[in-house]
Amino acid sequence: MAESVPAESAHAHDHHDHHEQSFASKYLFSTDHKIIAMQYMFTGLAMGLIGAFFAYAFRMQLAFPGMDVPFWGQVSAAEYNALVTNHGTIMIFWVAMPVLIAAFGNYLIPLMVGCDDMVFPRLNRLSYQIFLLSAIVLIASFFVEGGAFGGAWTAYPPLSAKAEYSLTPLGSSIWVVAVALEFVAFLLGGINFVTTAMNSRAEGMGMYDIPVVIWMIVIASILFMASVGPLVAGAVMLLFDQTIGTNFFDPDRGGDPVLWQHLFWFFGHPEVYVVLLPAMGITADIMAVFARKKLFAYKTILYTTFATGVLSFMVWAHHQFVAGIDPRMAHVFTITTLLISIPIAELCFVYIATLYKGSITLTTPMLWALAFLFEFLIGGVTGIFLGASGADIYFHDTYFVLAHFHYTFFPIAIIGTYAGITYWFPKMFGRMMNDTLGKIHFWGTIIPFNCIFIPLFFLGMGGQHRRIYNYENFPELAGQGMQDLRVFATVALLVMLAFQVVFVINFIVSLRSGKKAENNPWRANTLEWQTPSPPPHGNFGSEMPKVYRGPYEYSTPGREEDFWPQNAPS
Amino acid sequence: MAMRPIATTRAMTGIPTGRLAVWWVIASEIVIFGGLLGSYIMHRLVNPQWANYAIHTNTWAGAFNTLVLLTSSLSAVLAHHAATHGDGKKAARYLWFTMAGGGIFIVVKAFEWTHEIQLGYTITANAFWAFYYTAAGLHALHVIAGVVIMGIISVDCLKNQELHRVELIGNYWHFVDLVWIFLFPLLYIAK
Amino acid sequence: MSDDHGPAHYIRIWAILVALLVVSVIGPMFEIQVVTLITAFGIACVKAYMVAANFMHLKTEKTLAVYMLVTCLVFMFLFFAGTAPDVMKTEGTNWDKPALRAMIAAGLAEGADHH
Repeated sequence: MAESVPAESAHAHDHHDHHEQSFASKYLFSTDHKIIAMQYMFTGLAMGLIGAFFAYAFRMQLAFPGMDVPFWGQVSAAEYNALVTNHGTIMIFWVAMPVLIAAFGNYLIPLMVGCDDMVFPRLNRLSYQIFLLSAIVLIASFFVEGGAFGGAWTAYPPLSAKAEYSLTPLGSSIWVVAVALEFVAFLLGGINFVTTAMNSRAEGMGMYDIPVVIWMIVIASILFMASVGPLVAGAVMLLFDQTIGTNFFDPDRGGDPVLWQHLFWFFGHPEVYVVLLPAMGITADIMAVFARKKLFAYKTILYTTFATGVLSFMVWAHHQFVAGIDPRMAHVFTITTLLISIPIAELCFVYIATLYKGSITLTTPMLWALAFLFEFLIGGVTGIFLGASGADIYFHDTYFVLAHFHYTFFPIAIIGTYAGITYWFPKMFGRMMNDTLGKIHFWGTIIPFNCIFIPLFFLGMGGQHRRIYNYENFPELAGQGMQDLRVFATVALLVMLAFQVVFVINFIVSLRSGKKAENNPWRANTLEWQTPSPPPHGNFGSEMPKVYRGPYEYSTPGREEDFWPQNAPS
Repeated sequence: MAMRPIATTRAMTGIPTGRLAVWWVIASEIVIFGGLLGSYIMHRLVNPQWANYAIHTNTWAGAFNTLVLLTSSLSAVLAHHAATHGDGKKAARYLWFTMAGGGIFIVVKAFEWTHEIQLGYTITANAFWAFYYTAAGLHALHVIAGVVIMGIISVDCLKNQELHRVELIGNYWHFVDLVWIFLFPLLYIAK
Repeated sequence: MSDDHGPAHYIRIWAILVALLVVSVIGPMFEIQVVTLITAFGIACVKAYMVAANFMHLKTEKTLAVYMLVTCLVFMFLFFAGTAPDVMKTEGTNWDKPALRAMIAAGLAEGADHH
């Protein structure tokens, strides 16, 4: 319409007259998408350390009740609740979301679709600043009177709405505000991602030439935008209930607490796919590169992902089977929940088909990608039990649910993140990571991970309820056999945490003295590898790339090289 | 800002980037208001007695405010029309007229609320009033935000700069109008 | 084209919208439930369509934008369909909302006194 579109070359020229920038303007207030991606990533990883520390503290309490936990001290019952609640909140909203969507989205979208930045760079910066503020607000809730919110990450009222139940008059309101701010940050970021990928692709890049990881991040952003609204409205209602005493969710005064559960899970379930899809996308790209094979059924992957996205809006009440929901609705939600396992299983099969007869190189990123598929399958299969309303009545709120949940989210948030970091590290920092240390870290994470959570499945089936601070008070749960499993899981956690030090060392050492990375160390096709490592400001120098083919043309018969960059003229 | 990324100048979907982003903003607003109004309607249907509370809302004030918003929408679209013809000054004048509409809307709301609160119908009185103030308040916040953004855009308009933004704020304003079109019967007329 | 997007066209749309507003205010005064529903909510839908189609130019916008908005709207109907069966009940298989039922009864009685 009225938008003036100046010639591209005139703008490309602008990028070259840059003055020396101060540290603050370069790293703190930059509008460059790569810097913002790093800010998101390091903030997310730092929050991950806090979330992991919380897990350490409450697992120690469960394994050795009443002990003086090193670096924390005695874990009181109220502290236990706050730790569990904020472990969940932080790991989902302040680790999985910023690292998987915001960091990789920010870094990869402009590079992989072949443009110089996001379409709204300043909005992008604002998004990060609001996110940082939300993180600070959440941490602050630990230092207010009454302590941090302890009503579980789902914040069900009336526990979360009334201070006389939760005993955290300030903590619960601060929690709601922090979560709401975080949503605002991701709404701004999501609009940026979607618009960039829709509108600003390189010349020649059609819909089906977009790498799967970009598709997945975009679809995830759309899912987030379309599902978060009711919870934003719900957060306002909950905040009013807490602070000025309205009665939206107060059953004593005509409110309905189950409404909150619906508002929460209408967002909460699509949220699982919001973080799952980027991890799936990262895995797909890595698998195609290290199997040196064209990604199997590219279009099927897209259609399946769309189907998953739409279905994810119809399954939310399977979290509420024991909340007294209408039994007829429970049937409907059981059916839709079992249906959604079909497209996800299909994705797994398609990924395995990509590996079939490929020339696989087991580099560190590839190991992570394979582990993602393997571990996530266990998470998916155990989900079937919980999706069926009849079985769920027995499993609900036990450690079975907890173990299932961690078998889905650990692959997503931790394995997916490590896959992405180890794969794109050369591009991000211009140096290679140490492969031996990478593999030590990989096995040191994967083996203890299974040792933590497999015992929890058995504990859950043995009837161990969640959210209990000390099992000594429950004779049927305090037996030696069960306690041994708890100790085993906790020791495995300690081992896993210890092995993360290897990653930190590898990261720092590689950053300072790793082998210099060439432009395209993995010999990949996508556009980000066709520019220097790390990419300059403006990403592609004076000439923006043109795209001639899809992103997965590996081992094309009749070509000398086994890869065929998207921007190479044939 | 002097420099814009090349990314901003592309429009592969055929929809200019700014407008596409505003469509996404509106899409995410639809679900925010959708969740709130959906919750209200469910409660309304199970609470037949709310009709007795709704009679205390002032239909005439609501109807007047609807007229104000409809008219301001007209001037917003006329501002867009002027902007597409490159007439920044005229567009700015229409935008000011729209802002005045938003201002009148807020003033009328203020009088309404003052009166209702004096009668004891506060946000904590019962769930009807809680929804009434939350829904209308969230909408009023959108009106205020729209007025502020329009003020910023009108300054650029006077210098004949960034005229495409008139359409963007216009679309947002029409959406705010649209929400009110549903709020009016939900909160005022249904008795 | 100029006729469809000129000021005259917009003013015509506005006039129709105002006329519809008058109808939607007068309709419910008859206090017949069907008339109220149609004039209040039916007309609101018509008005919303007219604003979206003409003022927001969705009539001439790429269909992509329409799909985006309609998808979100459809999701809201899904939300309503899944949630309303629970919220719109005062008792279920193993639960009861005594406070709510008392409030409904008291509110209706109070209303009966007013009329």
